[in-house]
Amino acid sequence: MPHYTLDAKRLMCPMPVIRTQDKVAELKPGDILEVTCTDPGALNDIPAWCRINSHEVISSSEHKGEVVITVKVGNA
Amino acid sequence: MAPPLKSVLISMATTQRKAVALISGGLDSLLAAKAVMEQGVHVEGINFYTGFCVEGHTHAIRKKDKAKPKRNNALWVAEQLGIKLHIVDVIEEYKDIVINPSHGYGQHMNPCLDCKGFMVKKAHQWIEENGFDFIITGEVIGQRPMSQRKDTMPVIARESGAGDLLVRPLCAQHLPPTLPEQKGWLDREKLFDFSGRTRKPQMALAEQYGFEDYAQPAGGCCFLTDAHYSKKIADLWTSRGERRYELDDIMLLKVGRHIRPKKHFKLIIGREEGENNFLSGYRKMFASIKTTSHAGPLTLIDGEVSDEDIELAAQISARYSQGRTAEKVEVEFTNKEGVSKLIEVIPMPVSQLDDTWQV
Repeated sequence: MPHYTLDAKRLMCPMPVIRTQDKVAELKPGDILEVTCTDPGALNDIPAWCRINSHEVISSSEHKGEVVITVKVGNA
Repeated sequence: MAPPLKSVLISMATTQRKAVALISGGLDSLLAAKAVMEQGVHVEGINFYTGFCVEGHTHAIRKKDKAKPKRNNALWVAEQLGIKLHIVDVIEEYKDIVINPSHGYGQHMNPCLDCKGFMVKKAHQWIEENGFDFIITGEVIGQRPMSQRKDTMPVIARESGAGDLLVRPLCAQHLPPTLPEQKGWLDREKLFDFSGRTRKPQMALAEQYGFEDYAQPAGGCCFLTDAHYSKKIADLWTSRGERRYELDDIMLLKVGRHIRPKKHFKLIIGREEGENNFLSGYRKMFASIKTTSHAGPLTLIDGEVSDEDIELAAQISARYSQGRTAEKVEVEFTNKEGVSKLIEVIPMPVSQLDDTWQV
């Protein structure tokens, strides 16, 4: 399945969510999007946005100030 | 003869009305959306990001706040309601509201009436583009800010273009019936008659709906209602000789100490490690100073500076370092092109730090 990346570093809440939302709108169900952020709030906000919009968070991690969240686009 | 029940149900199912609710993340918009959902309307949320929203920026930057739980309240409210939330970046369009508000400002730099009109107008455009029927806000007559007065509510409905498609469920019974009420999409008797600054009716309704945890932001959710922040914007515009800003400007106003020792330059001094890290991301846009002989802040210099200005900036910066009582402090000055030089200065004594320099 197609794998995309999104650089949302140095953006603060809610911009990483907005960028994720806008990118996901261009993708198809089943596509994978890996989002990299530096705002630790993204660890809560992007999964929350995914839950209410029926997308799936496959993984999330934080290392040396960088947050990486992998999203599988749902049928919303 | 009455139509068969099955055809009535099919008709109801096919004509379910759709509304978009302006979700700020506070209690009122939560309740307003819920009140309409209770009447069988399909509700989705919309949240506009202006750049001035308080939502956690300083918590995200400051190291001492890193352990605090962070959540975007608008997303949290949408999740509590089980609805979709559309977050819209309006940073560019919103500049005109802040710079040229046709209804003027509130107590500080807050253009609340223009702001609400702008957001309802954007929501109106959204429902037209997305096939929704009406708009919901959590406004309550008589509650702060000034956009919620009985005489200003019709102004918002009129100037936004939303007219009678704008429903304020929490105080609907004080207002003329809207189109959704006239058409029977909403039962006016099941809407509310809240007014004034008391929060008791909202708290009782929250309990009735089973909401136990909700945000109650003190002083609103917008930096423009903050006296100190407004003063910094005014200083920015005065120093530039024109009323304009970019997103980076308004983000930097949320961070550090702002000191203007001379008209033509300002210092932004990190107050702790998290702020220093944040400010370091701007070292290609601003000249900067970092103490090297002692632990100390990173300072950005906003403005063009002479050697004499750099000396003054270094003395002030050293004042906020661990070397504030030392005879000499060494600092590294770096210009926007990345060229550095070391300077030794005497930290400025508190007595010489003019109060009028503090922005």
